[in-house]
Amino acid sequence: MSTRNIEILVGLFVAGALAALFMLAMKVSNFTSYGETDGGYEIRARFDNVGGLKVRSPVSAGGVRVGKVTNISYNNESFEAVVTMNIESKYKFPKDTSAGILTAGLLGEQYVGLEPGGDEENLAAGDMIELTQSALVLEQVIGQFLYSKAQDK
Amino acid sequence: MLLDFLQQLGHRSLSIFARLGRASQFLLVTLMALPSVVMRPFLLVKQMYNTGVQTLLIILVAGIFVGMVLALQAYIVLVDFGAEESISLMVSLSILRELGPVFTGLLFAGRAGSALTAEIGLMKSTEQLSGMEMMAVDPMKYIIAPRFLAGVISVPLLALIFMAVAVLGGFFVATDMLGQYEGVFWSQMQVKVDFYDDVVNSIIKSAVFGFVVVWIAVFEGYDCVPTSEGLGQATTRSVVYSSLAVLGLDFVLTAVMYAV
Repeated sequence: MSTRNIEILVGLFVAGALAALFMLAMKVSNFTSYGETDGGYEIRARFDNVGGLKVRSPVSAGGVRVGKVTNISYNNESFEAVVTMNIESKYKFPKDTSAGILTAGLLGEQYVGLEPGGDEENLAAGDMIELTQSALVLEQVIGQFLYSKAQDK
Repeated sequence: MLLDFLQQLGHRSLSIFARLGRASQFLLVTLMALPSVVMRPFLLVKQMYNTGVQTLLIILVAGIFVGMVLALQAYIVLVDFGAEESISLMVSLSILRELGPVFTGLLFAGRAGSALTAEIGLMKSTEQLSGMEMMAVDPMKYIIAPRFLAGVISVPLLALIFMAVAVLGGFFVATDMLGQYEGVFWSQMQVKVDFYDDVVNSIIKSAVFGFVVVWIAVFEGYDCVPTSEGLGQATTRSVVYSSLAVLGLDFVLTAVMYAV
C-alpha cells in the first residue's frame, strides 16, 4: 500500500476517534451543562437532614430544573446542614421561597424543590432560605408509624 | 527429591525476577528512544496503520454487539421494576467506566499485541535486529520506539470509537427494537454521566491499558528465544500476560477512580 493511502487511513482513524470523543462529550455526558453555571447566583438553605442529597443534585421549581447543588456542609453552631445552590440567573424567586428535599419517584434520586412564596422582593446572591423541609428518612417514618399504631391500641 | 524441588523453585523465581528486571530496563531504553520518533513521523504513521487502523474493524463490530446486548439485558431486568427508561444509563455507565477500556485492551492485545510480538520476535530470530546494529542503526529507535508510541496512542483512540459505537448500538436496540423514545434515552444519560468523572477517566484508563499491553507485547518479542518454538511461546505469553494485566489493572484503576 502506498505511503499516501496509509496516511489517509490513519488520518481518518484519528478523525473518527475525535468525532467519537465529541459525541461522548456532547450527546452522552453532561459536558454541555458545565458552562451554564457562569451566569448563575448562589443561595443557601439550612436543613435538619439532607438525606441522600449530593453535590450536583438538581434544584427544581415546579418540575423545571433551575439550578444545581454546589456544596453541602455542616454548621457546627446551629447543628444543621447548609446546602449551597447555584440558580441560573434567568430564574427569580421571592424572598419567602421555601425549599424542601424531595425524591424523584419511589426510589429515585433526591433533589431540592423550591416553592415560591408571595414576597415582592426577590432572593439575591448569598441569601439564606428560611423555610425548609428536611428529607424524608424512611426509618423515622416507619418509627413514627409504629409509634402511632402502638398508641391507638 | 525435596532438594530438587526447592532448587527448581528458586531457579524459577530468580528467572521471573530477571525477566522483570530486563523488562524494566527495556522500558527505560524505549522511553529514551521515544524523542527520535518525533524526527521520523512516517515510522509512527505506518505503525499506527498497522496497530490502530487494522484493529478498527474488530473494535467496531465488537462495540456494536456489546452495546446491543447490554441494552437488551438491561431491558429484561429493568422492565420488571418499571424502570426501563434507565436502560441508557446502565448501558452508558457500564460502557464508559469498565467495558470500553477493558474490551479495547483485550481486543488490542489479541489483534495487535500478538502481531507485534510475532513481528519483532521473527526479526530477532532471523537476526535482522543484530543486522541493524551491525550497520550502526539503533533498532530501539527504528523498530521498537515507533511501535511502542503508536500502540500507546492507538488504544485510547480505539476505546473512544468503541464506546461511541457501543452507545449507538444500545440506542438502536432501545429505540427501534424496544420502542423507547429517543429523547428519554439521551436525557436519562446526560443527567448522570459526568464528562470528567466518566469520559475523561475512561480515556486515562485506556491509555494505561495501551501502555501496558504494548510494553508486554514488544518486550516479549524482543526477549523471545530465537527459535520457532520460542517465538510461539512468546506470542502466547504476550496475549496471556497482557490480558491478565488489563483485567488486574482495571480493578486497581476503578478502585482509585471511583471508590468513595
